[in-house]
Amino acid sequence: MREEVVVRVGAKILVPFIIMFALYVHFHGDYSPGGGFQAGVILAAAFVLLALVYGLEAVQRVLPPWFTRMCAALGVLIFAGVGVVTMLLGHNYLGYNALAPDPTHPEHGQHYGILLVELGVLVTVFGVMVTVFYLFAGRGRENS
Amino acid sequence: MSLDLFVSHYNYWVVIFLMMVGFYILISRGNLIKKIVGLNVFQTAVFMLYISMGKISGGTPPILVDPKGEGKGHGGAETVGEAAAEIVYSNPLPHVLILTAIVVGIATTSVGLALAVRIKEAYGTMEEDEINRIEAETEAGE
Amino acid sequence: MSIVVDIVLFTLLGATGFALLKVRNLFAVVMLAGIYSLLSAGLFTAMDAVDVAFTEAAVGAGISTVLFLGALALAGHHENRPGHTPLLPLVVVVVTGGALVYGTMDMPGFGHPENPVHHHVADHYLEESYDEIGIPNVVTSVLASYRGYDTMGETTVVFAAAVGVLLLLSGARRSGSRASPQGKGGGR
Repeated sequence: MREEVVVRVGAKILVPFIIMFALYVHFHGDYSPGGGFQAGVILAAAFVLLALVYGLEAVQRVLPPWFTRMCAALGVLIFAGVGVVTMLLGHNYLGYNALAPDPTHPEHGQHYGILLVELGVLVTVFGVMVTVFYLFAGRGRENS
Repeated sequence: MSLDLFVSHYNYWVVIFLMMVGFYILISRGNLIKKIVGLNVFQTAVFMLYISMGKISGGTPPILVDPKGEGKGHGGAETVGEAAAEIVYSNPLPHVLILTAIVVGIATTSVGLALAVRIKEAYGTMEEDEINRIEAETEAGE
Repeated sequence: MSIVVDIVLFTLLGATGFALLKVRNLFAVVMLAGIYSLLSAGLFTAMDAVDVAFTEAAVGAGISTVLFLGALALAGHHENRPGHTPLLPLVVVVVTGGALVYGTMDMPGFGHPENPVHHHVADHYLEESYDEIGIPNVVTSVLASYRGYDTMGETTVVFAAAVGVLLLLSGARRSGSRASPQGKGGGR
């Protein structure tokens, strides 16, 4: 699609908005439909769109495969890490009440906990989706 | 047997029809990619069954409207608070289960597709019977 | 009104499913699967599962179609005509479907608030979650807090799937190994 001007310019205009929308879906997930799973997929879709229009090499320069693989592992680490932190603070595993800055209002900790955990989900889902797409799209090119 | 039964069970029956379509594709087609599509159809039908069970007629999505009851504090807004107390929410539990199942579903589908691609590369075909034939010939040759 | 929307969407889904059976061009099959996902997302919205609809639209109709197309580009899109008669699968499917339909006769009707599903924990989530968690979206609070272990497991499964695809597809591609003894061990 190297010569399709409309598609190229359109994709370029759309991608920042898609990324913005993904972040909105993630951080507004407490108040409206959305959350880490959806945001991760939408964020991955932004890069998939770029790769479809501009070619895989161009996108892999911006978002190298080692980075997406690291993301996939990092998200699980964040999620499990939150559990370990709450345990070190003397609560149950994933008992977010431990994260409250003010111990008289333990339910405030739930906000932080959910945000962190959803961040882990976002990072993993984004990393996994882009990694899998890279593998399918890049297969069969390394020989040519 | 009446229209009542039809209306209250139509969902389940169509879900079962879709499930069986997926199942039929899965067992009667030899092409591996087609099989994975059939598995996806089956999977989505199961999702629909769960979501059907979570629905309450006249309900709204399980996002709390005015959860703090603030509507009562302001003058003239009393009715809002009262209305909020009567809102029926659909059951959130199936939604949570299915939400995660969808993402896990795509992850496992991608593993299936990767396997299909490797099989195609190793055997030169994705048709089940041809793979069986090649296997038999290789074994006979050994 | 909403029951009409339900019935129309379900009928369209049934038609799409039937088309999926009949079509043999795999590109068309993948596109139909995308349509199927999008229709089911509409159905989820009609049944109040907005979060689920969102996910299904993004995953099923978006990423999944792209992945299928990627796999087709690698594996070819021709499907052979099924060699044997489809009688046995048809019998199996009809019997299974009949048993399931018989099973639904005992299920409570669609959408009644007294159905057993809506009690036990669901009441607790809806009534107490704002005091305990403090966010309005009950789905998010159940997902991330009440059922945090579950979600962590799912995240791990997604990660494990990526590792699996990585192992399967990141190795060097072997060509011309068809039917040779080495070709059988292509997984290494």
